[in-house]
Amino acid sequence: MFKKFNAKDDIHSRTNIKSSVQRGLKSKLVEQFPKLENVIDEVIPKKGQLIVIKCTDKLSLYAMDNEVLFYQHFDDPFVPSLKLIHRFTDCFPSVRVDRGAIKFILSGANIMCPGLTSKGATLPDENLPAGTVVAILAEGKETALAVGKLIMDTDDIKKINKGIGIEVGTHLGDGLWSLEIE
Amino acid sequence: MTEEGPSARSIIYCGICTFPPEYCEFGGTLQKCKDWLKDEHPDLYDKLYSEDALTTATEGLSLEKQEKVEREIQKLQAKEANRAEKELKKMLSSKVVVKRVERSKRKHVIAVSGVEVFGIDPKKLAKTFASKFATGASVTKNVEGKDEIVIQGDLGDEVEDYVTALLEEKGLDGVKVERIEDKPKKKSQA
Repeated sequence: MFKKFNAKDDIHSRTNIKSSVQRGLKSKLVEQFPKLENVIDEVIPKKGQLIVIKCTDKLSLYAMDNEVLFYQHFDDPFVPSLKLIHRFTDCFPSVRVDRGAIKFILSGANIMCPGLTSKGATLPDENLPAGTVVAILAEGKETALAVGKLIMDTDDIKKINKGIGIEVGTHLGDGLWSLEIE
Repeated sequence: MTEEGPSARSIIYCGICTFPPEYCEFGGTLQKCKDWLKDEHPDLYDKLYSEDALTTATEGLSLEKQEKVEREIQKLQAKEANRAEKELKKMLSSKVVVKRVERSKRKHVIAVSGVEVFGIDPKKLAKTFASKFATGASVTKNVEGKDEIVIQGDLGDEVEDYVTALLEEKGLDGVKVERIEDKPKKKSQA
């Protein structure tokens, strides 16, 4: 999604968020990612000023202190930025892809089911429903390489094993990763 | 692993390709990344590139696949090196054009174009001009579609000095600042 993302062309405006709205955002985040509850005050401290950056295509980036924390497209669930996932890896559900898929993911491709069910990949044991935002790790690596949304339940991915499994939102080295906010 | 205790980890990012060091091989600048890592974080370097780490990583691949992977990495690196070189050359060969345009008989404006190539934000520069020269300055798109800073008044000399100083500060003092006089076309008598 951030393949061609330019700070100059695609950013329309940035505004501070009222603290009441900020509180609502925090609770929505914890609702979406229950494991964030313990660390949410580290991610978004109470005194911190959250900024929303509006971009083309009804895309909003939520940032604090010049670093994007997460983004939202239309009214879809929030997607954490890669840097946030690197800091708090355990708070987000994750899947592991096969080593051979890394190259394609880093050039923006979506993840096909076979990449998630082959030998090097791991899917979580409990079912994750379609639409869940997951961190994408790779075989043999400890840090996440992308964030995506599940197109199919993880159980379906294991069973059907055909078609697109995860739609990749942002990956290492894309427009969002290289975005610098003054 | 329980989720008690904040799991905030600070991740080290490679100074060359900005990826986490374990993904440097996909960035196209592997050699430079390895050198940087060796200097800055020797412990990580050992963990990733030491003899046993390499063997365990390539264990799963057969010999020909290994060679293929090697060749691909080399190709990627060469491509990246070429790209970086071209950009550098472009930077050095491009110049900042300071054009003096006539607005009416007595009044002129200065149009500065070609600033973006050097990583200078035109909007910020326009604001600086406006406050420095106490006159109006704005960013517009010129005929070619490139961004141009238009400054009211005939300030060619001052602008040229300021821009050269700015470039020198950035380290790009070989760059030319070219002065052009934009003459309105005189309608020829039929």
